[in-house]
Order: sequence, then structure tokens, then C-alpha cells
Amino acid sequence: MASMTREETQDLIQEVLEVYPDKAKKDRAKHLAVNDQSIEQSKKCITSNRKSLPGVMTVRGCAYAGSKGVVWGPIKDMVHISHGPVGCGQYSRAGRRNYYVGHTGVNTFGTMNFTSDFQEKDIVFGGDKKLAKLIAEINELFPLVKGISVQSECPIGLIGDDIEAVSKKMSKELEKPIVPVRCEGFRGVSQSLGHHIANDAIRDWVIGNRDGDNSFETGKYDVAVIGDYNIGGDAWASRILLEEMGLRVVAQWSGDGTLSEMELTPKVKLNLIHCYRSMNYISRFMEEKYGVPWMEYNFFGPTKIAESLRKIAAFFDETIQANAEKVIEKYTAEYEAIVAKYRPRLEGKKVMLYVGGLRPRHVIGAYEDLGMEVVGTGYEFAHNDDYDRTIKEMGNATLLYDDVTGYEFEEFVKKVKPDLIGSGIKEKYIFQKMGVPFRQMHSWDYSGPYHGYDGFAIFARDMDMTINNPCWKSMQAPWQKPAEGEAEAVAAAG
Amino acid sequence: MPNVMIRRKDDGGLLFYVAKKDMEETIATVETDTDEAWGGEVELTDGSRWFIDPISPPPQFPTTLRFKRAGD
Repeated sequence: MASMTREETQDLIQEVLEVYPDKAKKDRAKHLAVNDQSIEQSKKCITSNRKSLPGVMTVRGCAYAGSKGVVWGPIKDMVHISHGPVGCGQYSRAGRRNYYVGHTGVNTFGTMNFTSDFQEKDIVFGGDKKLAKLIAEINELFPLVKGISVQSECPIGLIGDDIEAVSKKMSKELEKPIVPVRCEGFRGVSQSLGHHIANDAIRDWVIGNRDGDNSFETGKYDVAVIGDYNIGGDAWASRILLEEMGLRVVAQWSGDGTLSEMELTPKVKLNLIHCYRSMNYISRFMEEKYGVPWMEYNFFGPTKIAESLRKIAAFFDETIQANAEKVIEKYTAEYEAIVAKYRPRLEGKKVMLYVGGLRPRHVIGAYEDLGMEVVGTGYEFAHNDDYDRTIKEMGNATLLYDDVTGYEFEEFVKKVKPDLIGSGIKEKYIFQKMGVPFRQMHSWDYSGPYHGYDGFAIFARDMDMTINNPCWKSMQAPWQKPAEGEAEAVAAAG
Repeated sequence: MPNVMIRRKDDGGLLFYVAKKDMEETIATVETDTDEAWGGEVELTDGSRWFIDPISPPPQFPTTLRFKRAGD
């Protein structure tokens, strides 16, 4: 099917909305849009960051997921206590594949689950004493822990425990930073507020820790990588490019990151933000308070990488700019070989995306490098500023869907018939059973890294092995297939 | 009276950012923009108007300021 016209896309949205009751239809209509590159401001065409409609299937998370799962969780040398009942921490444990180096349980704690395991009596009598005991116990069992964060689950906010007081008291006692994070799951409409709360906690409890301490030797090429969670090793694949350029990466936020790296970040010359959605708050704060400029970059696919490397280099002197060209040149042969190998197999394939954070717009370039076209994209928890940045990346008359419901997404796929869908685990098996190739794009379908030139090779291979997998030809049971000869007759007639 | 963070964009324009509303707009005109003071009525590219008492000497951007909605 050729790409759809504006009217066709609009009709499709109307058709899909038809089943909803009037009120729901009115609400959902605001979240679905046809992309128009001439629009400067997304708020004119799409509404975002609103409460999901009750009764529909949404795939959003909660504030706790945004704080513990995304921002704080990957900081490897701290223990992150899931303060509250055991489930929230246990069922999200190690699911995001934030890789790190270290000895788990000795000096790093990334894949472990720490919880205060609330029982009825803790709800009735309060859990502050338990929390204090727990913190002391953690410090005794894991003496190399550099700091502790207390990630509140819903009940903490409901019963009104004073985790700040406990944290302050214990912090003094143990002489280690203890950070209370008020990320109760009921706050906000999605995980997005959790990111904001987590950023604010970093601002209040971490960033200022080394103000006035000049023992850290700064260099003129210091940068920090912000908003790269090292999923499947992403941050490492990004970091080597920056280091080859001659920059010094002082901190990684927060994949494979440490507490001291975060404390040193205000001393860098430039903050590089990959995931704008989850970390823009702290970058803006550092710009205001410490005068550290920030810029967004994109390390998906060779076109965007080259663009970003040049943009980053433009902040520094000629040595770095020359180095950036050298880096691009060094990898040219490598990525050209990848494109030559996979592009013929993937040319013209259509992709629909529905993920969160930065991916719905950032990976578009990587697909285009492989000759593929993104015909629909949407965010789980974006805000207007994300859509502002998306409109320019997407083709005209493509679909935009915000906080898409299970039903809408299925209907869109049935009509648009993409060759590949990139979304989460909750959508994966539905679409695979519908016979549509699918990649789980939250943690790269247990593959990765996808960032950088090294990641692009893996990205291209993964997309090829998903789309061109022979299993898609076997979607029909053998006895339901038309007999030989009959098939040709059908084909000739059709 | 939202807190507004104002920062310089790459192209030299001023960006008007309201964190609570995720509003990122460019400032179109500023009533007073001299060496002595900055402020007064501020019009954004989307047409909305905001007010701040002129600040003297002009603030260093980026900075956070408290604006009022103008005209109401």
C-alpha cells in the first residue's frame, strides 16, 4: 500500500473512534492526529500528558516506575529501597537491562531488590521505624554502599510517613547520603511525573553535595552523558564515540553511573542529553545554577550520529571538530557495509512505533538509513515539547497517537498494515499472533546496544531478522492453505 | 503567577519555559529591553501576553522569574 493521504489518515482516525461513546470519543479524538510538518506547535494538533480514559487499555506506568525504574534504579553503587509492599520492587526488578560493571552485592546493587516489605502493622502503626532499621541493616550488610535512596510506593504517601526525617537522621548517623524520593505511584498521570520528582530529588539531595569542593581536576573537554540508561550497553556504545573525539565523559546518567559521577556533573563544560523527557529538568537546573549549557543529541543511525557529533563538536575548539570528522570517517566504511547488506532486504518497509521517552522520534533516522519508513508514531507519556520535536521528524500525513489504547493501536495496524511494529512487551504477542513482525523497543527485545555505530549494526541485523523471518510465511495452518495449483488460480483471479 | 525559566536559544532568541505546563515558547517582543532594565509586557510567538515588573539591571539568562498574565 502506498503511503496514505491526509484525508485517508483522517478518515482512519474517525473510523477507529466510531466505537467509543460520545464523551470518550471527544476525549480520544484530541490525542490522535495526522502529522503536518508545517505546524510549529504541537498543541495545535495533539493533546498530551492527560489522564488516561478509564475503561480503555493503556500501557502507561506510574511515578514510582519513572523514578525507581528509570532515573534512580540504574545508579549502580547506591541501594534503592522500594519502600512499601514487596510487589512494586520485585516485579520490576532487573527488567530494564541497565548494564553495569561491578560485583553485584559487593560494590554494585543494580539487579538486586531491596524492599521494606510492608505488612498490615506497618500500615496501621507507620513504617518509619522499620525504614530506619532497614537503612542501618543495609549499611551493615553492604558496607561499600555509597548512598541509599528511598523510593516511596503508594501507601507511604497515603499513611503520611515522614521519610525525609528518617533519611536526614540516618544520613547523619551513617555519614552517607540518603535520599528520600516522594514518587508514590498515584502521583501524576504517568511515569513522566516520576521522572520529574526524581530529578527534583537529585537537585535537592545530590547536585549541591560538592559545591565549594575544588579537589576535582576539571578539563576543558569535560562532558556528561545525561539520559542514557545503558540498555543493553547503549551508553558504552555512545561513550566510545565521544571519547574518540577527545572529550572526557565525566558522568553517565544514569546507566552504569555512580553517585560521585552525579555529584561531579555540575563541574562539566557541556551536558549531553539523550532522553530529553526524563532528564531535561535537571539539565535546565544545572544550566541556571551552574551555567552548564546542555544540548540534545541523537545516536541512532549513521545520519543522526554524524549530525550529532558535528553539533557536539561545534561547542568545542577546532581540535575536537577535526576529531569528530575523523571519527565519522573512521566508521564510514563500517556503516556503509551494514547499509549495503541490509538496505536491499529492508527497503520500503513500513514501521509503526509506540514507545516512550525519546525513541518515537529518535529511531526514525535509523530506520530511514535502512530505507524504511516510519508511518506512525506515538508516545506513552510525552508532553507537548516532545511532540514539538516529533512533528519535524515525521513525514507528512503520518499518524501520531498519544497514549494510544490497545483497541486503537490494533485497528490502526489492521488498516495501515505496517511491515514492522516497535512497541512494548504488552503489545508484542498480540501483534505477533496477528502475523505482524514485532520488535520490543523498550529494552531492544533483549538485544542491543542500538546507540552509536556499533549499535547500528545490531539494530540493522535485528530488524532484518525480525521482518525477514521465515516464520511469517507459516502463519496459516498447512491444512488451511489452498492446495498447489489452487493457489495460483486464486492469485491469478485476485 | 507561574515560575518561568528564560534561556537563550541557539539562534539568540529567548525561550520562555514554564515547567509546570511544559510550555516552551519563544519571546516575540519585550516592552523594555535596554541596558538598564528588562521586563514589562512580554509577548510570545503564540500571541499570549505576560507581565513582569522591569528588572534593573537586566538579568543574566538563564534565570527563573515570576510572571503574571497580562491583560486580565
